[in-house]
Amino acid sequence: MSVLEVSNIHKTFDKEEVLKGISFTLEKGEVLAIIGSSGGGKTTLLRCLNHLIIPDKGRITVNDDVIFDSERTDKISEAELRKKRLHFGLVFQQFNLFPQYNVMKNLTLAAYLLEDERIKKEKGSKEDRKAAHAKVDAKAEEILKKVGLYEKKDAYPCELSGGQQQRVAIARALILNPDILCFDEPTSALDPELTGEVLKVISGLKSSDSTMIVVTHEMEFARRVADKIIFIADGIIEEEGTPEEVFEHPKSEKMKNFFSKSVEVISGGES
Amino acid sequence: MGFVEVTLQLLKGFNVTILLFAITLIGALPLGLLITFGSMSKVKIISKLVKGFVWIIRGTPLMLQVILVFYGPGLIFGIGGVGRFTAVVIAFIINYAAYFSEIYRGGIESIAQGQYEAGQVLGMTKTQIFFKVVLFQVFKRIIPPMGNEIITLVKDTSLARVIAVNELLNEAQDIVGQHAIIWPIFYIGAFYLLFTGLLTILFGQIEKKMNYYAG
Ligand SMILES: Nc1ncnc2c1ncn2[C@@H]1O[C@H](COP(=O)(O)OP(=O)(O)OP(=O)(O)O)[C@@H](O)[C@H]1O
Ligand SMILES: [Mg+2]
Repeated sequence: MSVLEVSNIHKTFDKEEVLKGISFTLEKGEVLAIIGSSGGGKTTLLRCLNHLIIPDKGRITVNDDVIFDSERTDKISEAELRKKRLHFGLVFQQFNLFPQYNVMKNLTLAAYLLEDERIKKEKGSKEDRKAAHAKVDAKAEEILKKVGLYEKKDAYPCELSGGQQQRVAIARALILNPDILCFDEPTSALDPELTGEVLKVISGLKSSDSTMIVVTHEMEFARRVADKIIFIADGIIEEEGTPEEVFEHPKSEKMKNFFSKSVEVISGGES
Repeated sequence: MGFVEVTLQLLKGFNVTILLFAITLIGALPLGLLITFGSMSKVKIISKLVKGFVWIIRGTPLMLQVILVFYGPGLIFGIGGVGRFTAVVIAFIINYAAYFSEIYRGGIESIAQGQYEAGQVLGMTKTQIFFKVVLFQVFKRIIPPMGNEIITLVKDTSLARVIAVNELLNEAQDIVGQHAIIWPIFYIGAFYLLFTGLLTILFGQIEKKMNYYAG
């Protein structure tokens, strides 16, 4: 059974069809890298998965639970929408940390609120709440250790480097245990010397029970870490397969073109 | 007229000035937020109407509004109007609420979309995002313009004399006219300076407190 099944996603913005029928599946523990040139619709796809925008057409299921289906016309409540969103985590290109809160609070804010909500529903006591918050704190600290930022737990985002901020953003997404963690160009806003630490954290997350989707321009990273690559051009999947298949034996012209261009960019950057 | 007598008479005016200042703030700060929500409403007709209202209030002199509120009910509808001080308070609250609403709106719109989206993907409700994420950041950003506006309010209280409310400037002018002495004008000038100076220090302190984070 696939963790994620995406079928025939369409999205149009102001008459411009940005996604023209995207379908793919993802197995538990797999890492999917999505590559493609600018404006191809990669961000739009991730935003559809995270319900930040609603596709015009298509179907998304997570663990056989229907997350979105354009055939279904019944209106969903905000509470349901939030529940669906929580299947996914999203790490943004621009981090989007909450600047007024320290690292620890950035991690625990949403988790506290969700626990409070649960405890209220179950008519739990003040002690239950305290215990739940303590659990969240412990988990936050554990995750911070995992991303190597435990010492920075009391720092504010403005006191951190870009790479550290992005690692906090990753930790913040992890604490809610999403079924699928999405990254939208997690290193594109970073100075080149800071991309390494972030990519290392992402590769370090790879395990049999963490499923990830990474939109990236880092071809080396995609080749090394991904189990599966999707190349999107102009709103359709032009090429799909293992890193080997896609990089060594590209079938489509667009992929070949894209690949030769990114090689040029890489070697051009080094000279 | 001696220093003590002048001081006592001016203090009466000063009380009125302070009262007008305080009541205007208490009324206009929350009313402004309501107007902001109206002008940002997704219902087009509401946002258009509210924006039109704000345009009228900000586009006409406060003095005109004070006169209108005081004389309007009697002259237009033939009904008994409100007292002088009440009329001034109503006009001031509405006027300042309109100005504050624009400051609030600017603050809210300056918050990056990414902050809302980050809250959304973390499963927060719209209300939680507004109160736990956005509001505090807005508060930090609007402190400087709010400081300016509130200092302007201190000086605008003197407009109340247009309908003969005995605020500080009016009292001073009476003394100057009746006793042919000019120094009470400098005296109240010092009052205003002290008042606005204290506010400047207060806002500087708040700004400093909020500078624990950047952005
Ligand atoms: N909210 C929106 N409203 C209108 N058009 C949009 C919106 N979001 C994206 N688009 C358009 O959709 C197209 C695809 O954008 P998208 O951001 O998904 O591309 P991308 O593959 O992520 O590109 P990049 O590599 O530059 O991030 C672009 O032409 C963009 O202008
Ligand atoms: Mg993008």
